[in-house]
Amino acid sequence: MTLGARIADKKQFLKGATGDWEIVVGMEVHAQVTSNAKLFSGASTGFGGAPNSHVSFVDAAMPGMLPVINEMCVAQAVKTGLGLKAEINLRSVFDRKNYFYPDLPQGYQISQFKQPIVGEGEVIVDLTDGTSFRVGIERLHLEQDAGKSVHDQHPSKSFVDLNRSGVALMEIVSRPDIRSPEEARAYLTKLRTILRYLGTCDGNMEEGSLRADVNVSVRKPGGPLGTRCEIKNVNSIRFVGQAVEKEARRQIGIIEDGGTIDQETRLFDPVKGETRSMRSKEEAHDYRYFPDPDLLPLEIDQAFVDEIARNLPELPDDKKARFVSSYGLSPYDAGVLVGEQVSADYFEATAKGRDAKTAANWVINELFGRLNKEGKAIETSPIAPAQLGGLIDLIAAGTISGKIAKDVFEILWTEGGDPAAIVNDRGMIQVTDTAEIEAVIDQVIAANPDKVEQAKAKPTLLGWFVGQVMKSSGGKANPGAVNDILKRKLGI
Amino acid sequence: MTAELTGLSIAALRDGYAAKSFSPVEVVDAYIAALDAARDLNAYVATTPDRARADAKASEARIAAGTARPLEGIPLGIKDLFATEGVHTQAASHILDGFKPFYESTITARLFGDGATMLGKLNMDEFAMGSSNETSFYGPVVNPWRAGGGSSNAALVPGGSSGGSSAAVAANLCAGATATDTGGSIRQPAAFTGTVGIKPTYGRCSRWGVVAFASSLDQAGPITRTVRDAAIMLRSMAGFDPKDSTSADIAVPDYEAATGRGMKGKRIGIPKEYRVDGMPEEIEALWAKGRAMLQDAGAEIVDISLPHTKYALPAYYIVAPAEASSNLARYDGVRYGLRVPGRDVTSMYENTRAAGFGTEVKRRIMIGTYVLSAGYYDAYYLRAQKVRTLIKRDFETVFADGIDAILTPATPSSAFGVGEMSKASPIEMYLNDIFTVTANMAGLPAMAVPAGLDGKQLPLSLQLIGRPFDEETLFAAAQVIEDAAGSFSPTRWW
Repeated sequence: MTLGARIADKKQFLKGATGDWEIVVGMEVHAQVTSNAKLFSGASTGFGGAPNSHVSFVDAAMPGMLPVINEMCVAQAVKTGLGLKAEINLRSVFDRKNYFYPDLPQGYQISQFKQPIVGEGEVIVDLTDGTSFRVGIERLHLEQDAGKSVHDQHPSKSFVDLNRSGVALMEIVSRPDIRSPEEARAYLTKLRTILRYLGTCDGNMEEGSLRADVNVSVRKPGGPLGTRCEIKNVNSIRFVGQAVEKEARRQIGIIEDGGTIDQETRLFDPVKGETRSMRSKEEAHDYRYFPDPDLLPLEIDQAFVDEIARNLPELPDDKKARFVSSYGLSPYDAGVLVGEQVSADYFEATAKGRDAKTAANWVINELFGRLNKEGKAIETSPIAPAQLGGLIDLIAAGTISGKIAKDVFEILWTEGGDPAAIVNDRGMIQVTDTAEIEAVIDQVIAANPDKVEQAKAKPTLLGWFVGQVMKSSGGKANPGAVNDILKRKLGI
Repeated sequence: MTAELTGLSIAALRDGYAAKSFSPVEVVDAYIAALDAARDLNAYVATTPDRARADAKASEARIAAGTARPLEGIPLGIKDLFATEGVHTQAASHILDGFKPFYESTITARLFGDGATMLGKLNMDEFAMGSSNETSFYGPVVNPWRAGGGSSNAALVPGGSSGGSSAAVAANLCAGATATDTGGSIRQPAAFTGTVGIKPTYGRCSRWGVVAFASSLDQAGPITRTVRDAAIMLRSMAGFDPKDSTSADIAVPDYEAATGRGMKGKRIGIPKEYRVDGMPEEIEALWAKGRAMLQDAGAEIVDISLPHTKYALPAYYIVAPAEASSNLARYDGVRYGLRVPGRDVTSMYENTRAAGFGTEVKRRIMIGTYVLSAGYYDAYYLRAQKVRTLIKRDFETVFADGIDAILTPATPSSAFGVGEMSKASPIEMYLNDIFTVTANMAGLPAMAVPAGLDGKQLPLSLQLIGRPFDEETLFAAAQVIEDAAGSFSPTRWW
């Protein structure tokens, strides 16, 4: 595979003074491993503890302390590798990445440099227009997180919080297969979804569980790759899109003004909406990587990998395909539903034994719409799948109309309760008794002789009559029955 | 009586306690008096007499109750490299000023758990870097041995880096001492002081709580006055530790029993590459004597070749500084030890490390940083690791050919004078490790055992190198040499 071989669709090009430009993006995503203890110590990984309350002697790099690998973190990395359809390396090596910083107590970060635990894999990314593209995964390796320097607590001093020091991270490195801000957002969204399905990273970007270093360059479409800049530590999906856009435009501006791009590390400032230089290539550290002599090479056996593979959950791509094939959903609807495991589960619970398309419509349009509007997560939805399912059953049985159903949905949302009981108690049951409907229709026909005449010439006026009858019945008349009887009585 | 008590071996103390000939309190008191009288040797950087007395009382009660543990009431000296909870642990460096850990190293915890007590922390070369104990922030240790049977006034070095351990054991300032060996730091000081020192197989003793010098080479072991004592101490020190990922989960045998096995049917290799240019005739003669002793005890002596031996020392002085440069990065003035303020964090690092590390430590940090740098890694570190593999293979080949242990000289000379090497190039000092580094590079057990005196009446030792985790054969061979050569003690002048 040639790096950067994929050429973007024309509509993704950025227009410059000298013509079209194509953006080329690769990402290094740091995902905090979901585990109770740190990568090489027994200290807690809990978020939000008092500063320096989750620190072992190992994390604080006290003299003579030694790292011991946490098997849970290894299992999580393997699981993630399998989820990325990647090769699992049964032998990997931890190296030391040496540099000085107060929040790096050992003076080195233990990471995997030459021999990572996971090799080549892929992520299939869906776009909103229904198309999808492939992003190659170069590698995934395990490494320690650093602590945190706190600069705003004292006029002349900085403080150090080591709670994060030694927490396990997975660094997931993509190929430069991304071609636009939208694709960058979609890739990170999809990767996050996969990690959350696997349960290997909670994907919580506000708490720093997922951060992206974004490599951006520009080139003439299909031309040789340009010099890249790395934008460090972007901490939201929206900012990733903005950072790519701003950085690409900055680079195009420089090149079109006759300048060249310097390879450097930059930071994205979401307030000012710009990237700015952090350090140049010349200032880059010489990390003096070498294998950590405190740790033997990490060797796992195929049985360990197979056991994890056996217990792998259904992943979003497979689930989406199943929703399309088994439930007959559109790829778009299926894609929306599998975005979160809980959403997909909610849908399946609602659709069980019912018409799946109706269930999908109600979950996506009514429920998701309402949750979005009120800023609620599906986990805290006031309406349970059984209630929504009950509502759909009432429609299917002809007990209520679609219109009444929306009123019942409103009652379920605000007051809760059993849909059948609500419909019953509040007299919302659809009238299917034809004699009763006929009586109403006769009244409407008798009151509007002119319209009856007109309808004979213009049958579309039937709709007006249906409306009148429904109005008179308080919405409870069965629309099917009303239609049939009206047609007969009007002779159309 | 007092002098006699401090002169007893660990085995003799154990037997005397059992026979109620004397008590741990009497022994500890005798040692405390001896320590006070021996301040000129500068063997200890901190003493813990109150603790030793308290422990001795507790040991007395256990002995009376018949619940004595293997090292009950044995007063030890602990190298300053081992973390001892609440007690001076500074690797004899300025940069760890005032550091008293909240934890106990696995090794000392095991020794104390087996009933031993601690008289104090022993001087050493700073961060275990040195072969003469002259790089200590606390000043050099003086060897209790003097040329001419004590007639010379010239102070000699006790070897290094475990110079405090070797001097204290030789001068009867503890019954035995912990030590560590990265390139010869147990065996060379043991050789310079007429004591017994064993560096066990890499992975045999836990490194947890031992201040790291070069992690892939560091290994703890005892320095004692007899082979049997070394066997007794090592049995308590050795064993799997889940807190050290490089620790070996292999059962620890009864080393003391192994001392009596003899040499019948054993094949001892004599590597021709250890006959180095300019080696003193006395060393050559000692080596021949050692061969004869083992042969007389029934061993078959076999000439062998370890062709990559000459590359061991240069490769060692790449690997060890490389690891050290990284291991010592944590001494940055941020969390513990010395901090010299600066205008910003970088200058604080610079000031702290400039003031806190001595010349030899700085030299090795710089060598290590250099050999790991971009563009040099392949030429130095990677090549040194390849050499290491070849050295290991040399040994594997001879062991596969049926060699049970290898006999070599321990050092190229007897102890030299304090300050004598100060004008020499660092490489001349490094040559002290020429016979010992190979065992560290290959991870093999190796032991220094006194075999005679040279023309200056100073002790000389032989080295035995064994198969991985076969310390027992070393103890058996060393016992044969000790039985044939006798023990050597300095004449007291301090």
